[in-house]
Amino acid sequence: MAKSRSFFPILPALTLLLLLGPVLAGLVGTILPGFGHLPAAGLYGPSLDPFRDLFDWPGFWPAVRLSVGTGVAAAAISLTIVATILAGWAGTRAFGWVERLLSPLLAVPHAAAAFGLAFLIAPSGWLFRLVSPGLTGWQRPPDLLILQDPMGLSLIAGMVIKEVPFLLLMSIAAMGQVGGARRLAVAQSMGYGRVAAWMFTVFPVVYGRIRLPVLVVLAWSMSVVDVAVILGPSTPSTLSVQIVRWMSDPDLVFRLRAAAGALVQLGLVLGAVAVWWGLERLLGRLGASLAHRGLRLGADAHIRAGGLLLALLTALLLFLGLLGLFVWSFAGFWSFPDLLPDQFTLRSWHRDSVGSWQAVSETAVIAGAAVAVGLFLTLGCLEAEERHGLRLTQRGMWLLYLPLLIPQTAFLPGLQTLMLSLGLETGRGAVVVAHLVFVLPYIRLSLQDPWMQWDRRQAVVAKALGASPDRVLWRVRLPMLLAPILTAVAVGIAVSVGQYLPTLLIGGGRVETLTTEAVALASGGDRRAIGVFGLLQTAAALLPFALALIVPALVWRNRKGLRDG
Amino acid sequence: MDDHTAGLVLDHVEIRQAGQVLVQLNHRVKPGEVLTLMGPSGIGKSTLLSAITGALAPVFELSGRILLNGRDITELPPHQRHTGILFQDPLLFPHMSVGANLAFGLAPGGSRQNRQARVEEVLAEVGLEGYASRDPDTLSGGQRARVALMRMLLSDPQALLLDEPFSGLDASLRTKVRNLVFERAKACDLPVLMVTHDAEDAKAAGGEVITLGV
Amino acid sequence: MKTNWLKASVLGALLPLAAMADTDPKDWGAVLEEARGQTVYWNAWGGSPTTNAFIAWAGERVKADYGVTVEHVKLTDTADAVTRVLSEKEAGQDADGAIDLIWINGANFAAMKQSGLLFGPFAEDLPGWANVDVEGKTVQTDFTVPVEGYESPWAMAQVVFMYDTADIEAPLPSAQKILEWAKSHPGRFTYPQPPDFLGTTFLKQMLVDLLDDPSVLVDPVADDSYPAVTAPLWAYLDELTPVLWREGRAYPPTGTRQIQLINDGELDMAISFSPGAASTAIANYELPDTVRTFVLEKGTIGNASFVAIPYNSGSKEGAMVLANFLLSPEAQANAQDPNVLGYGTVLNVAGLSDEDRARFDALDLGIATLSPDELGQAQAEPHPSWMTRIAKDWQARFGVTE
Repeated sequence: MAKSRSFFPILPALTLLLLLGPVLAGLVGTILPGFGHLPAAGLYGPSLDPFRDLFDWPGFWPAVRLSVGTGVAAAAISLTIVATILAGWAGTRAFGWVERLLSPLLAVPHAAAAFGLAFLIAPSGWLFRLVSPGLTGWQRPPDLLILQDPMGLSLIAGMVIKEVPFLLLMSIAAMGQVGGARRLAVAQSMGYGRVAAWMFTVFPVVYGRIRLPVLVVLAWSMSVVDVAVILGPSTPSTLSVQIVRWMSDPDLVFRLRAAAGALVQLGLVLGAVAVWWGLERLLGRLGASLAHRGLRLGADAHIRAGGLLLALLTALLLFLGLLGLFVWSFAGFWSFPDLLPDQFTLRSWHRDSVGSWQAVSETAVIAGAAVAVGLFLTLGCLEAEERHGLRLTQRGMWLLYLPLLIPQTAFLPGLQTLMLSLGLETGRGAVVVAHLVFVLPYIRLSLQDPWMQWDRRQAVVAKALGASPDRVLWRVRLPMLLAPILTAVAVGIAVSVGQYLPTLLIGGGRVETLTTEAVALASGGDRRAIGVFGLLQTAAALLPFALALIVPALVWRNRKGLRDG
Repeated sequence: MDDHTAGLVLDHVEIRQAGQVLVQLNHRVKPGEVLTLMGPSGIGKSTLLSAITGALAPVFELSGRILLNGRDITELPPHQRHTGILFQDPLLFPHMSVGANLAFGLAPGGSRQNRQARVEEVLAEVGLEGYASRDPDTLSGGQRARVALMRMLLSDPQALLLDEPFSGLDASLRTKVRNLVFERAKACDLPVLMVTHDAEDAKAAGGEVITLGV
Repeated sequence: MKTNWLKASVLGALLPLAAMADTDPKDWGAVLEEARGQTVYWNAWGGSPTTNAFIAWAGERVKADYGVTVEHVKLTDTADAVTRVLSEKEAGQDADGAIDLIWINGANFAAMKQSGLLFGPFAEDLPGWANVDVEGKTVQTDFTVPVEGYESPWAMAQVVFMYDTADIEAPLPSAQKILEWAKSHPGRFTYPQPPDFLGTTFLKQMLVDLLDDPSVLVDPVADDSYPAVTAPLWAYLDELTPVLWREGRAYPPTGTRQIQLINDGELDMAISFSPGAASTAIANYELPDTVRTFVLEKGTIGNASFVAIPYNSGSKEGAMVLANFLLSPEAQANAQDPNVLGYGTVLNVAGLSDEDRARFDALDLGIATLSPDELGQAQAEPHPSWMTRIAKDWQARFGVTE
C-alpha cells in the first residue's frame, strides 16, 4: 500500500496532461497564425488579415452552410433512427439481431465505409447495375449528380451509416444502467403504445446518459475530412476539407487562412453544440407536455416498421459496401452494367503486398503502443480513484470528451507547427502521443461502466482474506474484468487504426499506416487498391474485436460465472 | 493478550453521515461468543461491518476505536486487519477454481504441495472431496456457502463478521449451513458479529442480541 | 497567384542561402561512399499503385547496388512535402530534415528554388546526365523556370487525350472540336477539378490552343494584359461547362478518377499527362481495350518530371545516387514499359550503347500509345504564374456552384 500510495495519485494528473496538453497546445498553435502571427515566416500579429482573406474566398459561405447543414442533419438523422429502433424494438428478438448486425460494423473505419457506399450509390454503382439494363434499359450509367451532390446528401448518408451503430451501442449500454425494460412494462400496462411508452419513460433518461456521445457525433459530422473528401461535394467542399487543403499549400498565406478557417470551424462547432443544447431543452419540454396530456399513441406499427427498416438499411449499406470493396480487390476488367467482373485476379493483392505489410506492421506498432499506454493510464486512474475515493464528476466527463468535441482540424495543424518550432521530433513516437489523445477517452468510456459495476464486496472479501490492494487488483479485479478490458483494447485499436489527420500531420508524412495509405490511394481513385487497403484497414479494426470475444471465451471456458456475464 | 482485551472490542464506536449519527456501539465480543445485531434496513448495520473490515465509504465518519485481541485496527488497511467476513452471496471468485479460491485465502508460505494438501484437507472436512478443480459456478448453493466459509477460515481470521449470511439459502440448507458456521467459529474460538433480519438466526447464534434503531 | 510570388520572394530574402553539400557531387566516388548506408525518404505522390510499385522497385535496385535504403513517403499532394520543408526552415531545422528527395512539379519547384529550399546544383554533375537528351527534350527549364541543376529529370510527360473508340469515332484535334463534340454529347466529358495538377493542365492546354500566339504565356503574368489574354479561355469554359459531366456541378478530384469513370462508362474522353497511361491502364484492367489516345493538331504541352533534394536533407548523397539511378537506361526503359509506368524517357536513346538501346527497342509501347512521331514536338509550358492566377479565377468562376 505504501508503495502504491506514492504512485497512483500522479496517474490522473498525467492522464489529464496527455489528454488536454496536445489539444491546448494545438489551439495556441492555431490561434496565433489565425491572427496573423507567424514569426518564423516574418509575420507579426495581431491582425485580422487572415480572416479578411478567408471571408474573401468565394466559397466561404457555401462551405460554412455545407459544414453546418450536413453535420447537423447527419447527427439528427442518426439520433432519430437510433431512438426509433430502440423505442420500437428494444428488448425484442428482432432487436437482438439488429444489435448483432450493427455491433461489428462499429469498427469499420470511416474511409472504408465511405468508399463502399460510394460504389453502391454512384450512377455507375452496384445498385444501378442491379437494375440495368434489365429494368432501366441503361447500357450506360445516367448522368446523375448522386455522389458529391451540392447539398451533401450522400455525405450525410455516409456519416449516418457510421453514426447509427455508434449511438445505438452507446444507448444500449446506457439502457442497461437505467433498467429500461421495467419502466417500459409499467408504462405499457397503463395502455401506452410501445413507442410512446419508451419515448416518454425511457428515452429522457437514456438521452441524459448519451448526451456527450451525441455531441461528439455532432462535432465529428461537422468537421470530418476523410468521408467528406470521398462523398462530399467539391464546388466547394466542406470547410474542414478546405482547411486541410490550405494547410498543405506551399504558400504561407494559405496557412494563415487555414488557421483562421480552423478557428471559424471551432466556433461553428461550439455554436452548434450550444444550439443543440437549447433544442434539447425545447424538445424535452415538448415531450413532457405531450406526456402530461396522456397521449397513448397506441397505433405505432408503422413507426416501428420504419425504425426497423432504417436500421436494417444501415447495416445493409455497410455490408454491401464492404462486399463491393472485396469484389473490387479481386476484380479483373469490370465495367458498367456488369454486376460482376469479367475475371477475378490476385493481381491487386500481389501488387500492393509489400507496401501493405509495412503499413500493417506500422499500424500495429502504433495502435499497440497507444493502447498499451492508454490502458495502463485508464486502469491506473480508475484504481487511483477507487483507492482515494474519487468519482469522475460531470465536469471530468466533459474534460474527457473535450478532444472528441474539438474539431481535429482546429488543433492538429497548430500542434504540428508548434512541435516543429519547439524542435520536437515528429515521427512514430509523436504519432503515438497524438493517437493517445483520441484513444484514451474511448478506452475510458468503454471501461468505465464495467469497472464501476464490478461487485465491490469481492474486494472486501479478498482484503478480509488478507490480500493487499495490489493483490486484489491483479488477482481478482483485473482477471474478472478480462472481457471488458479486451473490449476496451479493441475499441482503442479501432480508434487508432482509423486516425488519419493525427498520423499524417504529427507523423510528418514519414509514418505510414493502413489509413494514410488508403486515403492516399483514395486520392488516386483506383478502386482495386482502395479495395485492398480498405479491407486491410477493416480487418485491422475488426480482428481485435473478434479476439476480445474469443480470448475470454477460451480462457474462461471452464468458468461459467464469467462466460454468461 | 489477557482475558480483558481478547476478542473484538468496539470502543465507543460511532458512525456519522453528514453530521447525523447513524450507529453508536460500545461493546466487547469475547472469543467464541456471538453478538447479533438486528434492526430495520438502512439503520447502518452493514455500515458498521464495513467500518470493522476497513471498507467504510468516505461519506461516513468514524470515531472511537476498534480493537481486535488488543490490537487497535481502526486505522489499519483492510488486508492487515484479519477480520473475516461472509456475505449473503458466497462471493467465490468466479475466475478461480474451487481449490484456487481456497488457496487464495490460505496465508502465504509453505510449498505448493503442502498448500494443495491443505486445500484438499479442508474440502474433505466439509464433505467436498475432489472438488478442488471445479468451477465454483457449477456448485450448489450449500456447497458454495461451505467453500466460502472454509476460504475465510483458511486466512486465519481473528474475528468473524456475518452480513445476512444465510438469507440466500432455502430453509433446509439454512439450518445446516448456520450450524456449520457457528460450530467452526466456536472451534476456532473466534468472536463473531452477525447482522441479520431473521430472528431464527439470532436464536441459533445463542449470544447477545442488540436491536439497533429502537 | 500574386501572393505566392510575393511570399516566395519575401522568404527568399529572409532565409539564408541553401546550405552546400557535404560532398561535392563532382566527386562521384566520394558521393557513392558517403551514400552507402543512408536512408532516403522519397516523397512522391502515392495515389497510383503503379508508380508506388515502380518506386519500390527502384528502391530495391538502389539498395542492392549502392546500399542506399529508399523509403517512399506517399503523399496525397506534392505540396505537402514543400510545406514540410518550409515548416522545418521556419523551425530552424536546417539539418537532417524529414525529406530527402521530392518528386516535384513546376510550380513547387519554382517556389522552392526561389526560397532557397533546394540543394544544388547537382543534376548536371550526375554521371547519368551524359545520356540525357538535352537538345530534344525540355529538361533544362521547368515551367519556363531555369533548372540550373537544382532538380534532376526522370520522365517525360506530354498531354494526350484518351478516348473510347467505342463511343467516339475520330480524334478531336482542337479545343473547338472538343467543345462541338461535348455539346452534341452532353455529360460525357470533364476534367479534374483545379487546383489539381491535371485539371490546371487542361485549362492551360485549352488556353494555349485557343490563343493565336501562345508565346505571350512565356513571360510572367501581368495585370494589364491578363484579362485580354485569358478572355477566350473563360468564354470557352462558359460554353463547355453546362455540357460537362454532371453539368460541371461536380468534378473528379484527380486524373486517376477520370480513368475509373471512363471504365464505368460515365465518360468517353479524358485528358492525361502521360502518353503511355492508357496502355498501362488497359494492361491493368482499368480501361476497356477500345481506348486510344490522340493529341491536338497544334500540338500539346509537354514537360519533364523531376526530382529535387531539399537543402536540409541529411542524406543528400543517397538522394543523388537515387536520382542518378533513375537516369540509368535500366530504370528509364523500365519506366517506359506500359506494363510498369508507360512514362516517356528523358534519354537520347539513339546515342545509347547497342545493349542499352536494345532495352528500349524491345519495349512494346502498347496499343493505345502514340509513337514519338505521332506525339510530335511538345509545346512549351506557360510561366507558372499564369497557372496560379488562372486556377484562382477558375475557383471563383466555376469552383462555387450555387
